[in-house]
Amino acid sequence: MSAHFPGLVIIIPLVAAFLILIGALLDRRLAFPLTALALLGSLLTAIGLLGKVIQTGVVEYHLAGWAPPVGIAYRVDHLNALVLVAVATVAFVNLMGTRELVKGLFEDRLGPFYTLYILLIAGLQGIVVTGDAFNLYVLLEIAALTGYALVGMSEGRAPLSSLNYIFIGTVGASLYLLGVGYLYLVTGTLNMADLAVRLPALYPSKVVVSAFVICLVGLCIKMGFFPMHAWLPNAYSHAPDPVSSLVAPLVTKVMIYVMIRMMLFVFTPAFAFDQMAISEPMVWLAIAAIVAGSFMALSTRRLKRMLTYIIVAEVGYMVGGFWLGNRLGISGAILHIVNDAIMTLCVFLSAAAIISKVGSDAIDDMQGLFKKMPVTMGVFVVAGLSIIGVPPTCGFFSKWYLISGAVAAGQYGFMAALLLSSLINLVLFFRIFEIAYFEPFHDHHGDHGHFVSAVQEAPFEMLVTLVVTAVLLFALGIYAGDIVSQIIDHAIPVGIT
Amino acid sequence: MDTLISVKPLIAVLVSLLAIPLIGFSRSPNVREGWTFLAAVIKFALVASMLPAVLHGKEIICQVVEVLPGLSLAFRVDAFGMLFALVASFLWIITSAYSIGYMRGLDEHAQTRYFCFFAVSLSAAIGVAFSANLLTMYLFYEMLSLATYPLVTHHQDEEARTSGRKYLLYTVGASIGLVLPAMLVTYHFTGNLDFSPQGVLAGTASRGTVALLLFMFVFGFAKAAVMPLHSWLPAAMVAPTPVSALLHAVAVVKVGVFSIVRVITGIFGTDMLQAFDLSTPLLFVASTTILVGSFIALSQDNLKRMLAFSTIAQLSYIVLGAAMLSPKGVTGGMVHIAMHAFGKITLFFCAGAIFVATGKKNISEMTGIGRRMPVTMTAFFIGALSIIGMPPCGGFLSKWTLVLGALEADQIAILAVLLFSSLLNAAYFMPVVYRAFFCPPEDALFEARVQEAPLFCVVPLAITAVISLVLLVYPQPFMQLAVMSAAKVTGL
Repeated sequence: MSAHFPGLVIIIPLVAAFLILIGALLDRRLAFPLTALALLGSLLTAIGLLGKVIQTGVVEYHLAGWAPPVGIAYRVDHLNALVLVAVATVAFVNLMGTRELVKGLFEDRLGPFYTLYILLIAGLQGIVVTGDAFNLYVLLEIAALTGYALVGMSEGRAPLSSLNYIFIGTVGASLYLLGVGYLYLVTGTLNMADLAVRLPALYPSKVVVSAFVICLVGLCIKMGFFPMHAWLPNAYSHAPDPVSSLVAPLVTKVMIYVMIRMMLFVFTPAFAFDQMAISEPMVWLAIAAIVAGSFMALSTRRLKRMLTYIIVAEVGYMVGGFWLGNRLGISGAILHIVNDAIMTLCVFLSAAAIISKVGSDAIDDMQGLFKKMPVTMGVFVVAGLSIIGVPPTCGFFSKWYLISGAVAAGQYGFMAALLLSSLINLVLFFRIFEIAYFEPFHDHHGDHGHFVSAVQEAPFEMLVTLVVTAVLLFALGIYAGDIVSQIIDHAIPVGIT
Repeated sequence: MDTLISVKPLIAVLVSLLAIPLIGFSRSPNVREGWTFLAAVIKFALVASMLPAVLHGKEIICQVVEVLPGLSLAFRVDAFGMLFALVASFLWIITSAYSIGYMRGLDEHAQTRYFCFFAVSLSAAIGVAFSANLLTMYLFYEMLSLATYPLVTHHQDEEARTSGRKYLLYTVGASIGLVLPAMLVTYHFTGNLDFSPQGVLAGTASRGTVALLLFMFVFGFAKAAVMPLHSWLPAAMVAPTPVSALLHAVAVVKVGVFSIVRVITGIFGTDMLQAFDLSTPLLFVASTTILVGSFIALSQDNLKRMLAFSTIAQLSYIVLGAAMLSPKGVTGGMVHIAMHAFGKITLFFCAGAIFVATGKKNISEMTGIGRRMPVTMTAFFIGALSIIGMPPCGGFLSKWTLVLGALEADQIAILAVLLFSSLLNAAYFMPVVYRAFFCPPEDALFEARVQEAPLFCVVPLAITAVISLVLLVYPQPFMQLAVMSAAKVTGL
């Protein structure tokens, strides 16, 4: 059974997608439990896989028994096992927390919604486990198409934002495909392990260099890396709340994973970091991403939009950390993929809870929320502290690695950008806390100036989910040392110091 | 060096955190304050129970969890940490009593929140005192900044909002902007952030780097209110007076100077700073803060603001002592933590008691108040004497030791600063006392009828005043602890 884990992480959600669609035709209420069951299954599989990788090392799996290079190989090492668990966790936790919200928003479309939801997860999990560069593209498109559909499911500007997302996303994915095509031209293989073996001999080739650049640009577009981030704020802030809290933590992070996978395990670190001589410009772009993202976040007074700009900055953290090219920086980037996924989930979920009660996402409408929604706001504070980087929340520890990496690489500009972004995050979150704490709550529906002191919390399962994510933020922080030494250290090729 | 392994330091830190659910869900105010007292007493008892071992030269260590490879959240109780923890945990008991008198006397809102965050703050303060390494200290330092924010902004009005903003920006901003990078660079050089008697940085970095790091730490620990990062402290005076008393005269600000002294002695090491001749710039910064702070205090009419500026000046005495890098200087600085704590908390208690009893905040409105509140104003007089550094108060002892330290280090300029500053202290405190007791009867704003603040206010301030007196004749265990740890860190 456990031998099939790598296949199961895709097969379970794919099969479940059909069952949900059919089940929902019979009875709409079946959609949620089926999705929950499937995602729980894939979460447990992912955790099992991670355990197995920690104990015995890399797990190879040949889909349907076909050996590569003919068949598709799934190869799970420490890197993708870790990211897989993060993806599966976010998918499951978000599902549980947003049940009531989804019911309210898509009462008549529960079947399609949950089908798309689980297909997106199938795509993302597939991207993470696959060892085949073309298969990755296929899964990328599955994830992207379902993502576009989910983002566009809301009223107002969501369809337009989704359209924009489709255009830019398609360009990104096509560039990636083009790059992979070039690699196939010169090597005759699509299997990543094979590519890694055959490519070094071909490095002087202009085709390989073009492939490298085209792939990287495509991935940068898909991950919303500054200055190719323009699609991201609109798509994520106009998407329905339960969708934002799913795609915002996952999609950019998985794309960063793909970049790390391609750079380290398809191309060699020596090629990516030394021969191409793009480390320095990439780090400077990351600095620009962090600074620009932070200031754009300052300039908006809408909660979800602010959070999406923070994502733009956080993408800069991870890309910059990776391109520092040393073990500390790359560890920081990988650790931050996990931490940021949970952090982003936590803020977007609390934002969803707040917006559903307040009826608006303007931060000026959040008066008196500490009184009205104490638990939600408590969790929101924890998430904010983690994004600011206050120990012992996990955000501090990934920042620790990233800054250590910057110091070790002598890249003080990156260090300054990280610190600046922490300070701006401090301002961003305390700006909201101030409004929620100092200004009394006004009931907009009733008499003006009439104080309502009663607690009106989010639905119970949302509260439980929020508390769980907040606890996760602390747990990830306290166990950061173990995560790095047990998992991430083995995920990075030994040559990198 | 003997070390004992024990979970006591961890429990001492956590006990007030564990009390929070009990405080938060208490049904009546009396039960709630009961839990606060219980937590405070247990905390003090735990701290005190480790005292004999520490006095015998042992250190108590407790490793909690390894959060980064080679870097743990860990506690180590040594003489210096014990000194600070004793002061802070003992004064929490007294302040809790005073809080009851003050908060109920003024019928303040959100008292449950107030007592909860007070407990968190004390956890953080003791955490800083017992930290075994810089990372643990940083963790509790940040926790303290955030936990005191709701206390500073307790009144939830516009003034509190602006002050809270300033408070956070200075304390958290400086720690993220300066301490965090300094800590990471230090870690890059040393691979080790444990506090060691002669520091860990020696021999790894050049003089320029060391100087840069030193000032990043000194200014980064903005809770110490070293100028120019001092102006959060007067702003924080919008808080209820017990907060100003315990946090902004003892716990928070002392955490700032404690951290600075810890870093000077435990990360840099006195020998290296001596070798790089970095004592002078540090002395200069501290002296400037002392003199400028005192001058500003002279011009204040709001009593709490005056006390705040006085605190700014007095805190730099401690930095000054450590910066002398001589055994007597370091001893004086360390023991000043205790002496100033008892003196200044008395003064703040008095200011609060006056506010509860009469609603007055300004010195100019307090003419003749000695006739109405004789106990309070006598305590004020004692506290003031202690801060000025005159016998028969404990403050004399720490200043005397600092003067000896200045002589020992051949720093005549520092001697002059110390003496002149005492003069300034007298110049801003004595008019208050004079006005209170010796005004002509026709100028007095109060009738000659004794009407003190509630007993819960008066008894605590009498206790701290008496302790300030007793500390001159019996300065133990603080003096001994300071001597022990000064001997250890200077290696003499």
